[in-house]
Amino acid sequence: MKHLALAKPGLQDSSLPHSQRDPYRWSQISEERTPAAKFRLRPLPSAFITVLLMMWHVAATHQKLHLLPTPLAVAFGIVELAPRGVLLKYTVASLFRVTWGFTVAAVLATPVGLALGSHRRSEMALNPLIQILRPISPLAWIPISILWFGVGDMSAIFLIFMASFLPLTVTAMNAAACIPSVHVSAARNFGLSYWALIYRVLLPSVVPQLIIGLRITLGIAWLVVVAAEMIAVNSGLGFLIVDARNAGNRYDLVIAGMAIIGIVGLLLDTAMRSLEKVKSLRWGYSED
Amino acid sequence: MNAPLQFDRWERYFWPLLAINITLALWYFSVRWSGTEIFPSPLDVERGMAELVHRGLLWRYTLNSLSRVAFGYVSAVLIGIPAGLVLGWYPAAADMVNPLIQVIRPVSPIAWIPVSIAWFGIGDTAATFLIFLASFFPIIVATMNGVRNVPSMYRCAGRNFGLSPANLIAKVVLPAALPQIVVGLRITLGIAWLVVVAAEMIAVDSGLGYLVIDSRNSGKRYDLVVAAMILIGLTGLGLDIAIRRIEKLKSVRWGFRNEH
Amino acid sequence: MAQTVSTLASTFVATSKVASVPQPKPLQAKLCAEGVTMIFKRNGSYVPVLEDVTLSASEGEFVCLLGPSGCGKSTFLNILAGFLVPTQGRVLIDGKAVRGPDPRRIFVFQERGVFPWLTVSGNIGFGLFKCSKKERTSRIAYYVDMVGLQGFEGAYPHELSGGMKQRLEVARALAVNPDMLFLDEPFGALDSITRLTMRSELLRIWEAERKTIIFVTHDIEEAIQLADRVVVMSTRPARIQRIVNIDIIRPRDISSRRYLELRDGILEEIGLAHKG
Repeated sequence: MKHLALAKPGLQDSSLPHSQRDPYRWSQISEERTPAAKFRLRPLPSAFITVLLMMWHVAATHQKLHLLPTPLAVAFGIVELAPRGVLLKYTVASLFRVTWGFTVAAVLATPVGLALGSHRRSEMALNPLIQILRPISPLAWIPISILWFGVGDMSAIFLIFMASFLPLTVTAMNAAACIPSVHVSAARNFGLSYWALIYRVLLPSVVPQLIIGLRITLGIAWLVVVAAEMIAVNSGLGFLIVDARNAGNRYDLVIAGMAIIGIVGLLLDTAMRSLEKVKSLRWGYSED
Repeated sequence: MNAPLQFDRWERYFWPLLAINITLALWYFSVRWSGTEIFPSPLDVERGMAELVHRGLLWRYTLNSLSRVAFGYVSAVLIGIPAGLVLGWYPAAADMVNPLIQVIRPVSPIAWIPVSIAWFGIGDTAATFLIFLASFFPIIVATMNGVRNVPSMYRCAGRNFGLSPANLIAKVVLPAALPQIVVGLRITLGIAWLVVVAAEMIAVDSGLGYLVIDSRNSGKRYDLVVAAMILIGLTGLGLDIAIRRIEKLKSVRWGFRNEH
Repeated sequence: MAQTVSTLASTFVATSKVASVPQPKPLQAKLCAEGVTMIFKRNGSYVPVLEDVTLSASEGEFVCLLGPSGCGKSTFLNILAGFLVPTQGRVLIDGKAVRGPDPRRIFVFQERGVFPWLTVSGNIGFGLFKCSKKERTSRIAYYVDMVGLQGFEGAYPHELSGGMKQRLEVARALAVNPDMLFLDEPFGALDSITRLTMRSELLRIWEAERKTIIFVTHDIEEAIQLADRVVVMSTRPARIQRIVNIDIIRPRDISSRRYLELRDGILEEIGLAHKG
């Protein structure tokens, strides 16, 4: 029984050097004789989400305590918020704070981290300090930020800054330490001056890793801004959630707010990921 | 610039200690120089710590925080790792669930607080639920990725030797994915520790996070605030060191060849 | 003397020049690949990798698949072992169609195929889950001895050299006593001195255990030193260009006239003939 059944190859990219290709990836084809391959029914993710939403709806309508709003109520809640302009205003406020805090942290942390990471001794010196400061939740800085900046935008920006600075410094330090010494040797062989070395060899080498670090830290910053707004500020998406609950137990708005937070966070992440796709940087990322 | 240097043993202690001392000195002198009455100097903080020990709060609050982390984190791991194994093994299942995970992940666990307070009231359960939530997604994603990154060579070899699918997962996929899962465990523990502190600021009345907020609210005791912060840092560091020990186990060490 | 058995199974070589030889008849053959064609679909276009490859091998024979890197030899080997389904054609082993991987036909990857989380003993004993504990221990000890890894039973792969890891993988494959071994450029990642050692090791093991071996390589010298028959494959899409019978008695003298004749013949076949 011979028929022309076509095999679909795995995610191989022939533009990669041979060493990076896994020749045995070919077997991850739908024709592969694995037990798991038989389960490729291809259910759509939306089908799954639809099922979940239905379960949510059923659970919400059958409970006694009225604590869980139905998905429809949440959708209506989103619609209710939008025209009032409140949604847009608060989203912009949150994004504004994140942008400022994160950017300032990035601009300061990157050169500092790169410089520290290039010299073993300074890395050794500061590592214990960093290790102690790292587990301290950014929110623990709230009393101090209120002390220094009062309740308001600056306070939130400071918290975002504190949340982003340390991770970005660590990322930059790691990136600097990972530069292959062959590249440095080659550059010196060609007679590059100190600054030319930094500008033409070191910086391009660390950019892929830095971008990954930026993306992850941006995710953290987004989490922190929401938390900070719930505790210490009077506007923004985080505030929206506490306010909706405090002013009348509007849990539909609470969950609507959470959904929006999730979506905005996802958009931020996607935007950062698109940076990783830029062709001149793709060399730094193995196939994912 | 990156020439390999040989260090004498004394250097490994000298430089960090120097850095810490310089930091403390800068702190002390900036407090003195600015003449602030509220912000504590290192000495104030030290005295604050002694006071906490004296009042028995230091150990009690630390244990509170640790026990909440323990419950939330462990339950997340016990559910998340098997779930991640399944999702990583069946690509169709992963495709199905992935978008959902991507949308829920950016939502700060703190944003779940109103919901969790509504469901569980103020208290331990709410905090533990938050920690569970915050730990669940990172560990399931790390496990999924660990499984998917197992070179298909190992799976092929396992099948070649006639292993049943169950055996294949247990004897080949799981051991091969273990280094990545262990890294995921470590990172998730760090996240859990961050979240417990945040959760305690809002939802409970004990623990180190509570100590931070309460010290300010009842009497502007910023020396206790900073003391609590340092405790948080040290305990978190201790947790991190403890879990790094797991990475040194022989059956996992092969995955960390170039680590410090 | 070991070589004469396989020479009898294949057809007699008429001339002293390199000649293409017909295959053993399907009924006698251990392995029989008929008309194997493989076309991959990638990014919407079709990539033909193998074109109508027909090959037979007899029991106990050492066959080398020779060709430049990326020509499809590994794909063919994966099809023979049952990891891939050919687009067209079929593979018969012992007269039965190949439906998937089987412990009777073990695939040896490059040395990174050993399981890094198991010790040497753990790796060798991996496929022996059906044996009693006593039998497993004795088999592990036997194969540790055979590949020369005595003293390293408790060592982990990351503590071993490349050559040792390769020997470990061969031991793991042999421990389950398969009929056939498929080796996919197993010595490719080793330095050339270790490679020479490993070649003689492999021959020694083969002569002791007499499995049917299909060996993929891009190294001409390696192919001629090891194989009974060398299957020269073209670049993609790979076809069988020529099958060369290596009729030198082992141990082979690599400076003998016959060896150099065969080598030059194959070089010419591939298109790399020495000019002048």
